[in-house]
Amino acid sequence: MSDREQRVLDTLEQNRRSTPKFTSPRIDMSHGAGGKATHKLIEGLLLPTLENPALAPLADAAVLPFGDVRLALTTDSFVVRPLVFPGGSIGELAVNGTVNDLAVSGAIPVGLSAALIIEEGLETEILTYEVEAMARSAENAGVSIATGDTKVVERGKGDGLYVITTGVGVADQELNLSSAAVRPGDKILCSGTLGDHGAAILIARGDLELEAEVLSDTRPLTPLAQALKGSAGPDLRFMRDPTRGGVGTVLNELARDTGYGVALWEEKLPIRDVVHGACEILGIDPLYVANEGKLLAVVAPESADAALESMRNTEGGEEAQIIGEISEEPARMVVMHTQFGGTRMIDMLVGDPLPRIC
Amino acid sequence: MKYVDEFRNAEIARALSAEIASITDPARHYKLMEVCGGHTHTIYRHGIKDLLPDQIELVHGPGCPVCVLPMGRVDDGIAVAERPEVIFTCFGDMMRVPGSKGNLLEIKAEGADIRMVYSPLDALRVARENPDREVVFFAIGFETTAPSTALTLQRAKKEGLENFSVFCNHVTIVPPVRALLDSPDLRLDAFIGPGHVSTVIGCRPYEFMPEDYGKPCVVAGFEPLDLLQSILMLMRQLGEGRCEVENQYSRIVPWEGNLAALKSMAEVFELRPYFEWRGMGFIAQSALKLSDAYADFDAELRYSVPGVRVADPKACQCGEVLKGVLKPWECKVFGTACTPEHPLGTLMVSSEGACAAYYNFGRKSFEKVEIGTRQ
Repeated sequence: MSDREQRVLDTLEQNRRSTPKFTSPRIDMSHGAGGKATHKLIEGLLLPTLENPALAPLADAAVLPFGDVRLALTTDSFVVRPLVFPGGSIGELAVNGTVNDLAVSGAIPVGLSAALIIEEGLETEILTYEVEAMARSAENAGVSIATGDTKVVERGKGDGLYVITTGVGVADQELNLSSAAVRPGDKILCSGTLGDHGAAILIARGDLELEAEVLSDTRPLTPLAQALKGSAGPDLRFMRDPTRGGVGTVLNELARDTGYGVALWEEKLPIRDVVHGACEILGIDPLYVANEGKLLAVVAPESADAALESMRNTEGGEEAQIIGEISEEPARMVVMHTQFGGTRMIDMLVGDPLPRIC
Repeated sequence: MKYVDEFRNAEIARALSAEIASITDPARHYKLMEVCGGHTHTIYRHGIKDLLPDQIELVHGPGCPVCVLPMGRVDDGIAVAERPEVIFTCFGDMMRVPGSKGNLLEIKAEGADIRMVYSPLDALRVARENPDREVVFFAIGFETTAPSTALTLQRAKKEGLENFSVFCNHVTIVPPVRALLDSPDLRLDAFIGPGHVSTVIGCRPYEFMPEDYGKPCVVAGFEPLDLLQSILMLMRQLGEGRCEVENQYSRIVPWEGNLAALKSMAEVFELRPYFEWRGMGFIAQSALKLSDAYADFDAELRYSVPGVRVADPKACQCGEVLKGVLKPWECKVFGTACTPEHPLGTLMVSSEGACAAYYNFGRKSFEKVEIGTRQ
């Protein structure tokens, strides 16, 4: 390698490590897609302004020590169109989404709040349907919606209904889940098929005139998280639910936060044929398509097989797979061994292939 | 997945890979250019470089239609999109292509009514559904997408849709390839011809490559086995000293092209005397505009657009990188004035462009990567 090339590479590396600055004059749709632009917004604008130790790890839920317990706190807003889609609806999504952020943080949910932003003119029947869906999902996840708020906005100022949920949980004392616990050689487990939710929404919108039977995978992940804890114990290092931005983006975050490389095996990625086909037609990569009921876990190699077994024996984890592993090199990069016999670099999601899906 | 997996078979890939290696001269370095951005995508997505001997280098060509659009044309599109009466429709990948003062995504955030469509016929539907608005379609692409624009315009004319127009940026594949071949410092050995374009224009238009310039060309399909087989065909030509146009994609591409599509195009379009390409400058007869018979649908005539040429910065050396004379890091503006977030040249616009890939992954963007255990 020439000196000049080395200098260029060093500069690039320096840029990558420096804190991003948020320079866009306005917010555009890419800032909501969960990929690179969203990261810039969070790390360049929100984080420096709100700076505090609980927020800094940017985990799915913040952990707040309080006396002897560690409280887990998370919040999420849901702006999906259409409100009802094959396999679920916004009410179900709003409860499961927040329950899952607690679950993958190793916390047992204690209570939820729900705020409804309702557009003038929404039919009461639709609202009733969604509130009932929320009640059902909360019961299913073993948590109550303990408080809430309602606001009505003028016609045209909202897509019928937006739901914001906040969840409080108690973090498990024995688990120390964080990217700092991850080591080279650890295995990456995925609880089931990728991209079902995003594909279901895209098809349900009908803009694409594609007809295919794909159901959203929305479900609470608490049972799967508990199964992993039971089978792997302290060997369970890290969990995430790969929603917006998909598995590709979450694994890039992991590679960046740990400083290690991530290796994936394409033939191990569980993807439904129909989702694969839809993605192929649309030119979208299932690695970047959102999930609402899938869990990614990093487990020490000794416990990986037991963890996999326990997931497969739990509802929602029947199609679990070990999809990859952590490696020393190449640092901070995600590389996939393709089915075809080559390797492919996996970047974080750039741009916005799927606007407003969760 | 049926009808796709057959073309992604790892066992056949290994056999092809071994055959390519067996006819590769270890003392020689081969530079093959894949002209089409779709091929670049397949090469990245399936890791095809890892199946080739080190002596074979794949050079990514000028065939990404959104990347080659110059800033001035994007600015013109934005000027139309900003008009309050206009619903501006375009393909999704056009949204992030930078003009001199931003991209369509940013203009949308400022209030312009910009809608993503998957086909020009969707734009036509938007026009029917919004008779009180003006609907403009931002047409881009090589001969691959030009026929669907032509068909859409024929339909619009038949229906007498007055609120529909097309901002035409269709380009043609042969002139930029010829421009590359004309440059004295070109260092390419052979070409992987664009399959999709060839479904329309056929294989005959590439005959000038072996005849006038002594470079073999194989028209290739888009699955990874298609590409490996095409590379093998090119290596055989180079090894045997043959030099001709061959058609690997014969299951789709007829030698004479698609006559019905060519007829529609001939009715709707005519050649522009010249057109500017990002990073490559002006190239004669390299783009299409609407013919006189369809002038009523021409957004460039319907609206006054600035039409200002925004010069590529002098330092931008995309042309040199394309020709294989320079490596991305040797370009004067690489990583400083030209980054994936603020790209100047075509090779930085798409994440699969040679410069963007090098920016993101360094040498790993083209070298073999060793990681983890193979399953």
